[in-house]
Amino acid sequence: MENEVDFMIHGYLKLNLFGNEVYLTTTHVCMFIVCMTLVIIGITVNRRMKQATFVPGVIQNIAEFYVEVLDGIVKSNMYRHWRKYANYILTIFMFILASNLSGIFGLRPPTADYGVTLPLALASFFLIQFNAFRTNGFGGYMKSLTEPIPLLFPINLISEFATPISLSLRLFGNIMGGTVMLALYYGLLPTLVKLGIPVFLHVYLDIFSGAIQTYVFCMLSMVFIADRLPE
Amino acid sequence: MGNITDQGLILACSAIGAGLAMIAGIGPGIGQGHAAGHGAAAVGRNPGAKGDITSTMLLGQAVAETTGLYGLVIALILLFANPLIGKL
Repeated sequence: MENEVDFMIHGYLKLNLFGNEVYLTTTHVCMFIVCMTLVIIGITVNRRMKQATFVPGVIQNIAEFYVEVLDGIVKSNMYRHWRKYANYILTIFMFILASNLSGIFGLRPPTADYGVTLPLALASFFLIQFNAFRTNGFGGYMKSLTEPIPLLFPINLISEFATPISLSLRLFGNIMGGTVMLALYYGLLPTLVKLGIPVFLHVYLDIFSGAIQTYVFCMLSMVFIADRLPE
Repeated sequence: MGNITDQGLILACSAIGAGLAMIAGIGPGIGQGHAAGHGAAAVGRNPGAKGDITSTMLLGQAVAETTGLYGLVIALILLFANPLIGKL
């Protein structure tokens, strides 16, 4: 049987920026496609909502459903200041969901690249630390790191930094594991079993796993941010 | 032994290491199955709260899967992007 396992990792174009060699890879192309799709959806929904009717049509219904359901989730996790963070949470929810589901349409998901999930986790990390500093001040933050016993200061410090690492690695590992398994399936088996059976693999690995990982990412970001807000 | 080059030895031990790293998959398997059992018992006790119980259980299981994923990431790095090859 043929042995062409294709992980779809190619470098397309070699640029030369500031003296370093940078490649334009599959991740850039797929992320461009996903972002263009989201921009087109955004412009369409914007135009449709300007003539919003009381009895909604299809696009207005879906947009209102999305915003209402996710606003409810943000409100139930962040109790009072939910309005300030609802924009951020809904945006990254939509981006990560679209990225994870793009595996069904033949793209390599952009979140299967650690260089995409790490900045997302660092953005949440920045929000968490900013809120911690703003609520307590610098001295109060240092004091909260020595909270139960001053001997636990290094462990508390490490657990602060473990948050973005675990957020990014969870998303990266799940999606990348899915792409590796599907690439092995499509690369190593004869053509007969590739015709109807991979549907179940795609449903589990792309749709189910992708949706759960977006929900977990956003839920954990909300819980960690709400932990540091003033009561 | 025969002619085992240095490069071959590094590659062989990387392959063994990748297999050993996947032993970390035992933990999430046991923990998540245990949590699913508790979730099923909770639904049996309170069938009206099935949606809340299901989403809480899925959230907890996705967080508990993280350490198994750390093992998978190490195994994938050793197989496909091995940093130890050029170091000799």
